[in-house]
Amino acid sequence: MTTTMTSHTIAVLVNDQPGVLQRVSGLFGRRGFNIESITVGQSEEEGLSRMVIVTQGDDKTLEQIEKQLYKLIDVIKVVNLSSKPMVARELALIKVKSEPAERPEIMGVVETFRAAVVDIGTNSMIVQVVGDTEKIDAMIELLHPYGIRELSRTGVTAMIRGNA
Amino acid sequence: MSAQIPAVRSTEQLREKWMKPEVITGSEILLRSLVLEGVECVFGYPGGAVLYIYDALYGFKDFHHLLTRHEQGAIHAADGYARASGKVGVCIATSGPGATNTVTGIATAFMDSVPLVVITGNVVSSLIGTDAFQEADITGITMPITKHSYLVRSVEELPRVIHEAFHIANTGRKGPVLIDIPKDVSADKTLFEPVQSINLRGYNPKVVPNQHQLEKVAAAIKEAERPVILAGGGVVYSGGHEELLEFVTRTEIPITTTLLGLGAFPSGNPLWMGMPGMHGTYTANQAIQNSDLLINIGARFDDRVTGRLDGFATHAKVVHIDIDPAEIGKNVKTDIPVVGDVKTVLELLNPLVSRSDKADAWRSQISQWMADKPYKYKDSDTVLKPQWVIELLNDTTKGEAIVTTDVGQHQMWAAQYYKFNQPRSWITSGGLGTMGFGFPSAIGAQMAHPDRLVISINGDGGMQMCAQELAICAINNIPVKVVVINNQVLGMVRQWQELIYENRYSHIDLAGSPDFVKLAEAYGVKGLRASNKEEAKQAWKEAMETPGPVLVEFVVSKEENVYPMVTQGSTIDQMLMGDCE
Repeated sequence: MTTTMTSHTIAVLVNDQPGVLQRVSGLFGRRGFNIESITVGQSEEEGLSRMVIVTQGDDKTLEQIEKQLYKLIDVIKVVNLSSKPMVARELALIKVKSEPAERPEIMGVVETFRAAVVDIGTNSMIVQVVGDTEKIDAMIELLHPYGIRELSRTGVTAMIRGNA
Repeated sequence: MSAQIPAVRSTEQLREKWMKPEVITGSEILLRSLVLEGVECVFGYPGGAVLYIYDALYGFKDFHHLLTRHEQGAIHAADGYARASGKVGVCIATSGPGATNTVTGIATAFMDSVPLVVITGNVVSSLIGTDAFQEADITGITMPITKHSYLVRSVEELPRVIHEAFHIANTGRKGPVLIDIPKDVSADKTLFEPVQSINLRGYNPKVVPNQHQLEKVAAAIKEAERPVILAGGGVVYSGGHEELLEFVTRTEIPITTTLLGLGAFPSGNPLWMGMPGMHGTYTANQAIQNSDLLINIGARFDDRVTGRLDGFATHAKVVHIDIDPAEIGKNVKTDIPVVGDVKTVLELLNPLVSRSDKADAWRSQISQWMADKPYKYKDSDTVLKPQWVIELLNDTTKGEAIVTTDVGQHQMWAAQYYKFNQPRSWITSGGLGTMGFGFPSAIGAQMAHPDRLVISINGDGGMQMCAQELAICAINNIPVKVVVINNQVLGMVRQWQELIYENRYSHIDLAGSPDFVKLAEAYGVKGLRASNKEEAKQAWKEAMETPGPVLVEFVVSKEENVYPMVTQGSTIDQMLMGDCE
């Protein structure tokens, strides 16, 4: 068992009950587990939601996180996604300052990243970008010089590749 | 003044009576469901948000309701009932302050894995979230200290919720479950049909262990030269004490039992080494530290047991048997994990194990330690020593009483000097260390066992945290023998200040405490006091001969310390031996 701190992506299938997010996030907080990002939404089954949590920790911490999550009555299943090849995506909306003269330049960045412009104002535009965390970080870095007015990221949602 | 203590009775006929489908209120559903769950006794305190429930309780005779004088008294009593009986303890409190007054008791039960169903009222659904009068988000507040909780949103879900709550509380690793019922839900009506089935997809406690792991344990026992068993509260809760005795009899492995495991193994057995850890025996701690195989059966490697973790049992291969997989590897690295119910695990393990001659030298070493370094104190003929008082209680009851304690020095002396021979006869707040627990928990224990002798041992500090419940003993003639070991200070705090904080005795003097004899008498309970051995024998004899509740105050030496002691940050073999030297 290693003690290296690594990033782990965990999917947690939970009963869609009021307070379930509080139970899960509260468990992380009080047991000293880190949450880098947490997303939650409907799953393929009615009445169940899927949370995707990105956390940092060594293998021992990860084992405790999984075991402690299973103690919650509303938790149906815990899957360590990062133990297998996975697809991980997050979405960001970036409102960037853009005087008309700068727009073509920004559009160039947007196209290169296969992002999209979803709103244009008189001197700003909203860029929507989907991808893994690194891609979004890179996009933000590139847009930074133009002046980012507002930034909203969703956190990671993820799935194991193939039939698993 | 004295209603007799209500007799606990069979609920079979009551079940028949309440099974028929009928349109009734949420409050009536609650009461009927409690009866159907086998509840015999409920501890509670009414208030605005539970008035419909208390209205339904008016004249209701199918279980007992005891009105405590504080919700903390109610929940500790429910806890004591649960620990003494093995059944689920039930407590009712109103919304807001009523509910928050139960928080300490819920946390106490959670830390010690005690099955409780805590019913709180809440403001009407439409007012939830508006900071209404006496509103508190009790499900939110108690989320970290409950096994599960429900905020009931409609009367239709109430029967299912109650049934699930009892199931969750008393299966797997046991624990408290909270049901928060808004006032309108307790007033609304619906067709009540008792729920028969449970459908909880995410909840399947693993009771039966993996056979392959058991074989590994058996092989490890065969090879071990210095094996030790560390048994905890899980043995008591699973009802596996007979299987444990068989396991020890077959293997002749020396055994130590944790604070919550006291009574899980007969103290008279020559292989029992006493309690381990901070105030444990020299033998138990040396045995753990020198062992090559440590078999943990239903204990959770609490820091009061392990001391400094990086120096704990460093030579031992560790077997950990626990129903809660999250406990395995949480504190101590485990070589052979066994997930399952202790009783079931031992039933399956016993046929695979036998005595190994390889451990013979070890057995003699342990006997030698036990002979050389037993618990000891310097007795006195001028002042009363607290250890002597515990020995007096032990001698006169032959270890047959149910003993509850509060928290502090008296708790440790009781654990050290009272000799427990059966499970569920020792009730103490281990994990949370809750002052105020000792006395009300005895009321619950006595309700569970009306015919047994129940002794509640308290310090003068903790006694003042729930002393108001003397009223319950008087009014219901609950014959608890309440012992107050009075040393006029917060003794355990004093001990730490003496040993670790260089005699800087900061705010430990309990001057201004009431005259405990008069306090008891003010509530209609007989009070007695003793300051020397003769008086002590006399007072205790009188207490035992008096039917009904009695409070006996033993005025003891102020300077006495609990020894041995492992200070924080030390490994458990680095013990201050004090008078045990």
